[in-house]
Amino acid sequence: MCLAIPALIKSIDGHQAEVDIDGVTRQASLQLTPEAKVGDYVLLHTGYAINVIDPVEAEETLKLLKELSEVY
Amino acid sequence: MEDKILLAHGSGGKLSHDLIAKNFVPAFGNPLLNKLDDSAAFELSGRLAFTTDSYIVSPIFFPGGDIGKLAVNGTVNDLAMIGATPLYLSLSFIIEEGFLIAELEKIVNSINQAADEAGVKIVAGDTKVVNQGSADKLFINTSGIGIVPPGVDISGANAIPGDKVIVSGNLGDHGIAVLSQREGLKFQVPVESDCAPLNKLVAEMLEASANIHSLRDPTRGGLATTLNEFAKQSQVGIRIEEENILINKAVLAACELLGFDPLYVANEGKLVAVVAPSDADKVLTRMRQNQYGTEAAIIGEVVNEHPGKVVMKTCLGSSRIIDMPAGELLPRIC
Amino acid sequence: MKFIDEYHNPELGKRLIDRIHHHSTKPIRLMEFCGGHTVAIFKHGIRQLLPTTIDMLSGPGCPVCVTANVDLDKAIALARLPNVIITTFGDMLRVPGSYSSLQLAKAERSDIRVVYSVQDALGIARDNPDKSVIFIGIGFETTAPTIAASILQAEQEGIDNYYVLPLHKLCPPIMKALLDLGEVRLDGIICPGHVSAIIGSYPYQFIPDDYGIACVVSGFEPLDILLCVDRLVNQIETGQYKVEIAYLRGVKPEGNKHALKLMGTVFEVCDANWRGVGLVPLSGLRLNKRYQRFDAERSFDIDPGPTHEAKGCICGSILRGVSTPQDCKLFRRSCTPEHPVGPCMVSSEGSCATYYHYGDSYGR
Repeated sequence: MCLAIPALIKSIDGHQAEVDIDGVTRQASLQLTPEAKVGDYVLLHTGYAINVIDPVEAEETLKLLKELSEVY
Repeated sequence: MEDKILLAHGSGGKLSHDLIAKNFVPAFGNPLLNKLDDSAAFELSGRLAFTTDSYIVSPIFFPGGDIGKLAVNGTVNDLAMIGATPLYLSLSFIIEEGFLIAELEKIVNSINQAADEAGVKIVAGDTKVVNQGSADKLFINTSGIGIVPPGVDISGANAIPGDKVIVSGNLGDHGIAVLSQREGLKFQVPVESDCAPLNKLVAEMLEASANIHSLRDPTRGGLATTLNEFAKQSQVGIRIEEENILINKAVLAACELLGFDPLYVANEGKLVAVVAPSDADKVLTRMRQNQYGTEAAIIGEVVNEHPGKVVMKTCLGSSRIIDMPAGELLPRIC
Repeated sequence: MKFIDEYHNPELGKRLIDRIHHHSTKPIRLMEFCGGHTVAIFKHGIRQLLPTTIDMLSGPGCPVCVTANVDLDKAIALARLPNVIITTFGDMLRVPGSYSSLQLAKAERSDIRVVYSVQDALGIARDNPDKSVIFIGIGFETTAPTIAASILQAEQEGIDNYYVLPLHKLCPPIMKALLDLGEVRLDGIICPGHVSAIIGSYPYQFIPDDYGIACVVSGFEPLDILLCVDRLVNQIETGQYKVEIAYLRGVKPEGNKHALKLMGTVFEVCDANWRGVGLVPLSGLRLNKRYQRFDAERSFDIDPGPTHEAKGCICGSILRGVSTPQDCKLFRRSCTPEHPVGPCMVSSEGSCATYYHYGDSYGR
């Protein structure tokens, strides 16, 4: 039910965006994320972008995962 | 000539005969069909294989094929999965009044092409037309006859511990391609149905090895259903490795989007083979030389443990059961 | 898939698992409050990879499962009205109410349509101006803002045949209610990932502050869940309880302000009925006065009839983490996905469906 997957914004027209997930494309509403821009990744939930994914934090998490897995 | 199918086209009168003469015979023409008798009579000897199927896929046209192509390949594949060489098909149409003749012609062409590729002949047919609303555009029923070569004994009940499980290519394309055309889902995927005839692939596999124990095409219910069927029929366990299962990126993405598990999504041009371990590698090599097996891979093996159940080892090294699907995952997919 | 595949790295996963084994010394119990987490945990066999010191329980995280029969019955009663089109997310279709289900109502000729998005429901309303289109509004805080957006859009476009049956529920109040019930001793909570994308992490502060329980917001990929468990173990072993976000790419501490504003414009908090728990104060959402005209329950005269619970069904205690599906006498016998008795077997995120489908925690 809280299924949301990362989708790339390819184009925006008002509140609607065309998003792409590995070649699968769909319309998505940006009514919850009006700040989203073309090129952003958003979390897509039932046809709405519920948040803009932070790529910097994504990298930081991966770094943390690597560090933790090396230190006991 | 009318551009729509009328009730009269199914009633056996002049319009019916015209339809057969002008649309079906030119397309499928062969000495048996051209006689236009009530049945086709022919000589056959050997161990026969006989199958029947009905096709109700919606929508009837989808990326990579249509209901006609599906009907031919589905029937051919049912025969191939028992090791038979498919020979003759019958084709029965149930058409909804008002169906466009131009669309029927497209489907007839598809059937013709598919039958040519598979090397089978359509020798008997029937056409009925029902009132608008009594059928959804077009349903097709088929039956098929083939000959099983001597010595070939392939069955879902023949798997034994130690056997390797091989899949002929990537999974989930057909189900997702059909689904992408459904009203209300509104997503576009660069995926086409994998609908294809597998009889020549199977013939080549049988040349490579006399120790192919089971074959099945994972149609409705996908790979998971087929493996569960084998496990139950043979009363063995099956263990597969997640990382060896090939799935197209776009299919994975569509499944994530809709909450489906690709292991349960239908395929119409793939097969699952259970092969003695001594022959698995040579069968694999041979499969990869055929256009419908280039990405064949060993995905697991048959085991003594957990008879009747299928277990998958995940990428992390944990195990989980792969169950039979509950209910209709994707209705009217074939 | 970007932002997904990287969090499936098996090498990193195995090393994180070793790390957790190394650090977890005392027996602890963790609970997840999100159906998506329940499925992810089972799908990746997480429980069997963790040390035996860690016991994991599933809480009431499936919005379909926690919808009480009284509310399901309302939806079915609405479906039976003339000139009504019911639009719903797929999972609701087969859930049994007191006497029937939406699927049975559909077979009896009610017009019920499954939609992927509430936007599709709006589209159906636009295309069918002579019918009343009612959306069954279930879901937690992840979904509620989307329904709020649909109502505002309907208002803006002058769509006057669109209604919502508001059955939304809120996570932090049910977490508090469960902790107050005290039936299960918990040491740590895996907080829902996408609910938190909307509400942020501040609403969970009461968990460490008032209950001394570790609290980490988790993502859904295997490495996300393992990272969350590692952080929970760390909090518990060091005795330093706080709210942490292990899903920073998707969740900010302050949440999504736009989404929260949309929710606040259309909804107000109310008491809500949770299956297995009963009435939980201030744990649900209803349409506020300004948007009451979109409320299906107020706009239509329905009589759902007396509520009746299925005999022998222990979904309620499973949702509270007190029982597991294997404790239920009906599990795998008279209650299966094909013939479900309770919602936990119907919903793709229900505990019973998950256990049935993936085997128990150890893949059996």
